[in-house]
Amino acid sequence: MKLSTQQLKTYSIGLCLVPLLGIVFDILTNNLGANAMQALHIRLGDWALRFLCITLLISPLQSMTKWRGMADFRQLFGLFSFFYAFLHVLAYLLLDFQGQWSLIYIDILESSYLWFGLITFVILLLLAISSPNAAKKRLGVKWKKLHRFIYLAAATAVLHFLWQLKGNMAEPLFYMLIIGLLLLFRVVNYYKNRKFSKLMLPIGRKKVIDE
Amino acid sequence: MSINLIKAIPGTEITDEEIFVNRRAFIKSMGVGVGIVSSLSPFKSLFASDKEPKLLESTPLKLIENYNNYYEFSFKKEDVNTLAQSLRIDPWSVEISGEVEKPTVFHLEDLLKRFPAQERLYRFRCVEGWSMVVPWQGFPLADLLQAVKPLSTAHFVRLVSTSQPEAMPNLSKNAMLQWPYEEGLRMDEAMHPLTLLASGMYGKSLAKQNGAPLRLVVPWKYGFKSIKAIVKIELLKRAPLTTWNRFAPNEYGFYANVNPAVPHPRWSQNSERLLSNELWTPRRTTELFNGYAEQVAHLYSAMDLRHFF
Repeated sequence: MKLSTQQLKTYSIGLCLVPLLGIVFDILTNNLGANAMQALHIRLGDWALRFLCITLLISPLQSMTKWRGMADFRQLFGLFSFFYAFLHVLAYLLLDFQGQWSLIYIDILESSYLWFGLITFVILLLLAISSPNAAKKRLGVKWKKLHRFIYLAAATAVLHFLWQLKGNMAEPLFYMLIIGLLLLFRVVNYYKNRKFSKLMLPIGRKKVIDE
Repeated sequence: MSINLIKAIPGTEITDEEIFVNRRAFIKSMGVGVGIVSSLSPFKSLFASDKEPKLLESTPLKLIENYNNYYEFSFKKEDVNTLAQSLRIDPWSVEISGEVEKPTVFHLEDLLKRFPAQERLYRFRCVEGWSMVVPWQGFPLADLLQAVKPLSTAHFVRLVSTSQPEAMPNLSKNAMLQWPYEEGLRMDEAMHPLTLLASGMYGKSLAKQNGAPLRLVVPWKYGFKSIKAIVKIELLKRAPLTTWNRFAPNEYGFYANVNPAVPHPRWSQNSERLLSNELWTPRRTTELFNGYAEQVAHLYSAMDLRHFF
């Protein structure tokens, strides 16, 4: 059986919603542990970060497998990263602080780890808004520049994770390593391409890095 | 010096565990009962059970026993319960030495016989921003210190946790902190009647993950001051270096008083989340000295708490 791209996309959306179903199930069955609210924050934040990593994985995967047409999936995973980040923020404002804005104001002001989270969220929000093809066409060259901010978002997301921990850094360092490798791939690719274009030599089939 | 103590609760008045477990239904029935009796304002009374109760409501034992910061065993709170069971706590003795007239090694049984347990329902606030309410059983640290007759040169107290590398994975790995765990108090803090050496919780012996067989409880300070599994108490002329203070002095001060006005360098301490496995638990605003200001504020009246945090 060969799946069409459309079918594959539909299945992917279903798959991307599985973590949410798991979280909803654990909420309904009171299975989030002694600090339920924190567990919810961690679960949603983790998935936002994981989808961000998956989004960044698409380009390297594309240039390694030479399989075209993965840009659609990059957009899909990117939007899911925003989706889980949005729920993460919503849970903070409406469930954890139950809309007590005076407390929220102080909490954000005094918690430097939240600033990194806020930067991440604003970037993801801008990327999500400018995600539709119409916006892509309208923004032209600027779109590419804007969407490069995903690298900053990845960095601030990991900092947001790391900065609120008391001591044990194993998990955020793991994500830092993954994101570091994904970025390293791009840097290497960039210099490789630059070197070849400088030499002005035919290099066989030219790789198009869809960035 | 007279100090207003929160009234000690006699053992006979401790809520039966079964009633405790069913307390929600109990409280609801009380609410309805009150509503019927006070027919003058039936609506107000009916909704009274939804408001935050004036009395402290203990955090469910199950949560307290399954959510533990005990870095000797694991950095993951949920893993501590299982891992801590390999701790050896029998026999147990506590050595008291330093600036005292009578340095002594107490066997735990003698200690518990000599200083009968009192019941103390305390708020407990973690530096990470969560809190709970714990019914401890124990005796004031002051009673023990008086028994060994402190010298006038004793200005500080150093407390040391047990060191069992064979049972404590992070000790054998030499992970993160410098082991064994050490904490300290100023002498007046140690002698304060609120400062407790706890051997029990919820009318039972302490669970291993909660600091069995003997731990410190200083209710107006962040939880990390409340050192677990104490084997050594030393009275000193100078302030001891403490584990967390040594690890990150800019983040974990010697005093570690709960103070909503002094944020941790990386997060606010203005509000806290009460442990609960129910999502709809409102945050509460953190109180100065964790709500014990009336009893302890005078200890710090001459200090800038932003500097001595």
